[in-house]
Amino acid sequence: MITITPKIDRRSFIIGTAAVGGGLALGLNIPFGGRVVRAQGGAPEVTHWVVIRPDDTVVIRIARSEMGQGTLTGLAQMVAEELECDWSKVTTEYPTPGQSVARKRIWGDFSTGGSRGIRSSQEYVRQGGATARTMLIQAAADAWKVPASECSAADSVITHRPSGRTTTYGKVAEAAAKLTPPTNVPLKDPKDWKLIGKSVKRLDTMDKLTGTQVYGADLKLPGMLNAAIKDCPVFGGKVKSFEPAKVKGMPGVRHVVPVGDSAVAVVADTWWEAKTALDALPIVWDEGPNAKVSSATIAEMLKEGLSADQAFVANQNGDVKAAIAGAAKKIEAVYAYPFQNHAPMEPMNATARYTADRCEVWVPTQNGEGAFAATLAASGLPADKCEVYKIHPGGGFGRRVAHHDYVTQAVLIAKQMPGTPVKLLWTREEDMLHGKYHPVMQCKLVGAFDAANNLTGLHMRLSGQSILSDVRPEALQQGKDPLVFQGLNPSGEFAIGYSVPNLLIDHAMRNTHVPPGFWRGVNINQNAIFLECFLDELAHAAGQDPLEFRRKLMSKHPKHLAVLNAVADRAGWGKPAPQRVFRGLAQMMSFNSYVAACAEISVSGGNKIKVHRIVAATDCGYAVNPAQIERQIAGSFVYGLSGLFMEECTVKDGRIEQTNFNSYDSMRIAQMPKVESIIMPSGGFWGGVGEPTICVAAPAVLNAFFAATGKRIRTVPLKNHGITLV
Amino acid sequence: MARLTINGRSLEVNVSPSTPLLWAIREQVGLTGTKYGCGIAQCGSCTVHIDGAAVRSCVVPVSAAAGKQITTIEGLAVGSVLHKVQKAWLDHEVPQCGYCQAGMIMAVAALLKDKPKPTDAEIDAGITNICRCGTFQQVREAIHAAAKA
Repeated sequence: MITITPKIDRRSFIIGTAAVGGGLALGLNIPFGGRVVRAQGGAPEVTHWVVIRPDDTVVIRIARSEMGQGTLTGLAQMVAEELECDWSKVTTEYPTPGQSVARKRIWGDFSTGGSRGIRSSQEYVRQGGATARTMLIQAAADAWKVPASECSAADSVITHRPSGRTTTYGKVAEAAAKLTPPTNVPLKDPKDWKLIGKSVKRLDTMDKLTGTQVYGADLKLPGMLNAAIKDCPVFGGKVKSFEPAKVKGMPGVRHVVPVGDSAVAVVADTWWEAKTALDALPIVWDEGPNAKVSSATIAEMLKEGLSADQAFVANQNGDVKAAIAGAAKKIEAVYAYPFQNHAPMEPMNATARYTADRCEVWVPTQNGEGAFAATLAASGLPADKCEVYKIHPGGGFGRRVAHHDYVTQAVLIAKQMPGTPVKLLWTREEDMLHGKYHPVMQCKLVGAFDAANNLTGLHMRLSGQSILSDVRPEALQQGKDPLVFQGLNPSGEFAIGYSVPNLLIDHAMRNTHVPPGFWRGVNINQNAIFLECFLDELAHAAGQDPLEFRRKLMSKHPKHLAVLNAVADRAGWGKPAPQRVFRGLAQMMSFNSYVAACAEISVSGGNKIKVHRIVAATDCGYAVNPAQIERQIAGSFVYGLSGLFMEECTVKDGRIEQTNFNSYDSMRIAQMPKVESIIMPSGGFWGGVGEPTICVAAPAVLNAFFAATGKRIRTVPLKNHGITLV
Repeated sequence: MARLTINGRSLEVNVSPSTPLLWAIREQVGLTGTKYGCGIAQCGSCTVHIDGAAVRSCVVPVSAAAGKQITTIEGLAVGSVLHKVQKAWLDHEVPQCGYCQAGMIMAVAALLKDKPKPTDAEIDAGITNICRCGTFQQVREAIHAAAKA
């Protein structure tokens, strides 16, 4: 039974989810022989991506998560393009991970990270639409007893061309669902696309304007209790003791329970009562072995890595040591990037209901299957006794993709009160203290010039944290974390855009006790600052224009160069800027897209930066919905500039010091630059959109700051330098 | 126990007087369009109108709201007719994740009552809500559009 749809109203939502909890098994008719798989309400699945109701409503299944980036609409466009359905009749729903597992992962990957939502499922979802269209046409042809080749479909209407007879998808869906799906239905040539490439309106806007959209934090189930939680503020620490008797008499309090060995939760009638009691609850922590770690000790550890003998090599050509030793001029710099919290507007939460033979979880997640795995592990129940219902997250940014610690906690709480649904909601403070942080990284760069000011060598030594070694150690390559080198690789979807005769890029892995995570843009955020600011340093050291200096290194990288040229042209690089306005450039290849930015800033009082305009270009291969791509570009700069100017999580006594938005600030509208997007899809490949552009914001602004002031800033955030964004 | 008037309806809520209005609205009245984001009046996700003025309901005790006219996002439209801010938000496709947008819309609706044709500077001064998706470019466009509506 597919019970959760993005457009469902709250009343039927509760009824629907309650019905599932009422023991109607999976609710899905898995077909044996000619049986039809039915969605909730009885409408037939034509393919597992497409359900068509008798009233011609087209329900498109979306396995990826919509967290604001527009993937729900984009993926629906992909299916609808091939389906030839009436776009105005399209609605969407999430299949559940439990159903997917029961059907041998028929919906593929649920994970919504790495800007992969569309680019890594585009082919099979289009195939799902094309297959369904073929079956619908066949069903109509069968009814008319004519060859399918004489029939065609458009806007959910099937026409028999010779006779002019017509029918609709809704009328033939039942018969179509009984057909054996054809294989290898050819997909349209991109030049014939009608819906892909069009800025159709998002499908999920209305409910977000009226308070109707149900987020995880808003969920209500019959008989539900609410939980607030405190985990040991020092990572790796445990609960030593707590005193439930002190708060058990407080209003609404039902339970005070341990959660694993490191956390305590208060469960009450309302969340405010739970939170109030938790604040009053005496808890003694065993802070464990990390209680003395600080930002300074971590920085020292990373600094050692900058000159360590052992390092993982990702990109190497020529002999960089010889080039540096024989250089006519040598330039050196050290950069650093801090821990940062994702801070999505909706704090972490999950709702769980556990009985001895069933565990269900409702959760805003970027990865339904990850939440499902956490549910299985925490409940101890097998897959056929667990289910996860996805809810649109109030922001994700990577926090909700690889980690489902809040799901584990919710299940562990619910297990202690079988049959009672429990909604666990973190305070903002808990969210800040228990993030999965942007990894810390330092980078030492050395550039070598010959006597004619040609760049002959470049060595980038990264030193810092590996996300994979914490999150997916099995994905390490003989110890090396390939993700560390995003934007710096010799080839692939994160390829460097420069050719240097002697090049070495390597990484001394230095992990900390602070858990790292995938923070929107991930490692290319710091790599773009390191590489693009240092190239700017090299250009100035060589007395060359930063654009011309880059161009000389980019002749073998035409797509990188094209986006760089596009922003330079639009911004008027080389022509006079408005008075007191200075420009800076950056480009990278990021998540298989080519991106560049030119920032225009002015500086007052030496430390107040106004970003007037950012011209941003992206070549994402195919642009599915340009209006939404524009919004992702502009939005990614809010995330990137907030990170550049304001955001750092510092460590003291083993814990994070910043606890809320008063110590971890975020950009406001007054600080928002005008963003001009240049969307220039060159075709032939699929690039990401949600993350790629974020990385060029910071180096473009930092390079403009140097142009304005002659001061080179090499550590983030700028607030540490007394610099503010105005 | 307090008597609140929310979206024109008078309701008894059974909470201690110090309970933040946000949580009375969400957990007692059951209107969850008003969001919890920070609890310390930093982010504005919890913005509602009290007697027409935008306030951050996470730091307003129920006792301070008793007897006043409270409007939440659910009460902004008149029947099925969207408020001009909601309409502009729809036309300009402002929301991304949408979590902050109820607060943003309520803040803007109050701003426009005060300044029907706000300048960019007045928008900058009046709208200080946090949006982590970064919808500000569309927010500004939509405010100007709503002001013309």
